[in-house]
Amino acid sequence: MTQELRNEVEDLLNRYVQCIDDDELESWPEFFTDSCLYRIIPRENEEVGLPAAVMWGDSKGMLVDRVVALRNANVYQVQWYRHIISNPCIRSESDGAISVQSNYAVFKTCNNGESEVYNVGKYVDLIVRDSGVLKFKERSAIFDTHKITTLMVIPI
Amino acid sequence: MTSSNRMKWPENADHTAVPYYVFHDQDIYNREQDKIYNGPAWHFVALEAELLKLGSFKSTYIGDTPVVVTRGQDNEIYAWVNRCAHRGAEVCRHRHGVSEDGTFTCVYHQWTYDAKGDLRGVPFQRGLAGKGGYPKDFDKTQHGLRKVKVVSYCGAIFGTFSDATPDIETYMGEDVSLFFKRIMNRPVEVLGTTRQYIKGNWKFYAENSKDPYHASLLHLFHATFGLYRSSQEGATLINNDFHTVLWAKSGNEDEAALEDVRKDKLRTYQEGTYTLNDPSLLAGQQEFEDGISLVILTLFPSLVLQQIQNTLAVRQILPKGKDEFELVWTYFGYTDDSEELRNIRLKQFNLIGPAGLISMEDGESTELCHKAIVSDGDRTNVILMSGSDTQSEGHLVTESAVRGLWKGYRKMMEL
Repeated sequence: MTQELRNEVEDLLNRYVQCIDDDELESWPEFFTDSCLYRIIPRENEEVGLPAAVMWGDSKGMLVDRVVALRNANVYQVQWYRHIISNPCIRSESDGAISVQSNYAVFKTCNNGESEVYNVGKYVDLIVRDSGVLKFKERSAIFDTHKITTLMVIPI
Repeated sequence: MTSSNRMKWPENADHTAVPYYVFHDQDIYNREQDKIYNGPAWHFVALEAELLKLGSFKSTYIGDTPVVVTRGQDNEIYAWVNRCAHRGAEVCRHRHGVSEDGTFTCVYHQWTYDAKGDLRGVPFQRGLAGKGGYPKDFDKTQHGLRKVKVVSYCGAIFGTFSDATPDIETYMGEDVSLFFKRIMNRPVEVLGTTRQYIKGNWKFYAENSKDPYHASLLHLFHATFGLYRSSQEGATLINNDFHTVLWAKSGNEDEAALEDVRKDKLRTYQEGTYTLNDPSLLAGQQEFEDGISLVILTLFPSLVLQQIQNTLAVRQILPKGKDEFELVWTYFGYTDDSEELRNIRLKQFNLIGPAGLISMEDGESTELCHKAIVSDGDRTNVILMSGSDTQSEGHLVTESAVRGLWKGYRKMMEL
């Protein structure tokens, strides 16, 4: 993999978490291809091959619907995420599809001012070039923190 | 009021007005462990589908007590308290798995038990080189793990510590067992587990899952995208005070009721405002002939069994002290599901669970109540929607099942 491509992958991963943490969620679905797979799934399911996820979308439209619901339907207290991500490990690159893994930690802060370690896990991604731009064909957030406090409304 | 006075329901309170201290009082919590969790109640502990292989096991809880459910080498289901008979250490340290030889060994001094919880082996029982060892009259049969009485009902396993617990169908009551059998009508396949940890007393969730009144008002996704409203055909069924079934049919809207919803100008009613970008989320299959698209069945104190559209799940309510509880969601389908139906379920799991588009707020409402009442111990809430009865009703605009909860709770708690 060229350094240039690696930089481009890292830029995608960084822009993705900045988008969520800056509450620009309307732009979040644009990180995915039209047909995609986005999952937030507990490690305990993933490791034994059980498919149930807490969030699961197989189209950009479903991700848009998540954001519409979050803005207009769901009820939850004010909260902010702060993602910390690791440098990506490039697993493979073939036919323009890049397989990437990285670690993440999400801190959640609510109105009481406490920042809690909310969700920790790894991203497993399949990244492709779509109209010249790198996008997620697949993104799985496989989380260790199987005890989700209160609820999960914002994507990881 | 001191704690000791709280063991008697105050005069200004009944099942329509519950004193807030029941959610915050440590003595009440301790009494619940005694009267409810060690009392004559059936507690959901596992689905049989979680224990398919011989030697498989699952760690869980009944109240504060850690228990392990096992499938023995004889294919029978057993359960025991996860506490070594020797010095009290946790014996099984995994959430689930398979013990190939069907034994469970405490790591501390390697006392070994079988799947039934009987003590099979004790290291150095005769001592070493003539030194030490247990007394000659040491009887292994007297030092097994504390056993939990179990019953498997339609593929769901329940446990109880009390000999006074009635048989499971009697405990459930007629409507609840009918709807239980309706969902658990054939072998199920587990599709996964998620866990939600909520900072509130467990009884707020017990109330919430018996409360059809809140559904269309708190869970705005229903109304926003037209899934379910209180104006739909449905019923609130109550058995033995605190076991309940709430059911609703989508598409059978009562026009007069809908008109009332419009007149109330609820913030929840946003007819025609939003449509799904990808409608496949709600494009399910009608898999039950009765046309019922929503069933919330509760078996006090620990189980919610649900069908919401094509999602099937059990929710296990596990108290973690008086101020917190864990909600364990186990999602399932049927073993004979087509691939298409299985994919519909996986997609619709977006509706339920900790990030569920129509369920996430239950964690929120529980916490809202819990934190607001800390200093209001002797004051009471108001549970008067549809009167003060605790009877079944042919609609969903009622808190009768919440009143039934408190009626049954008082009896069991002897308050």
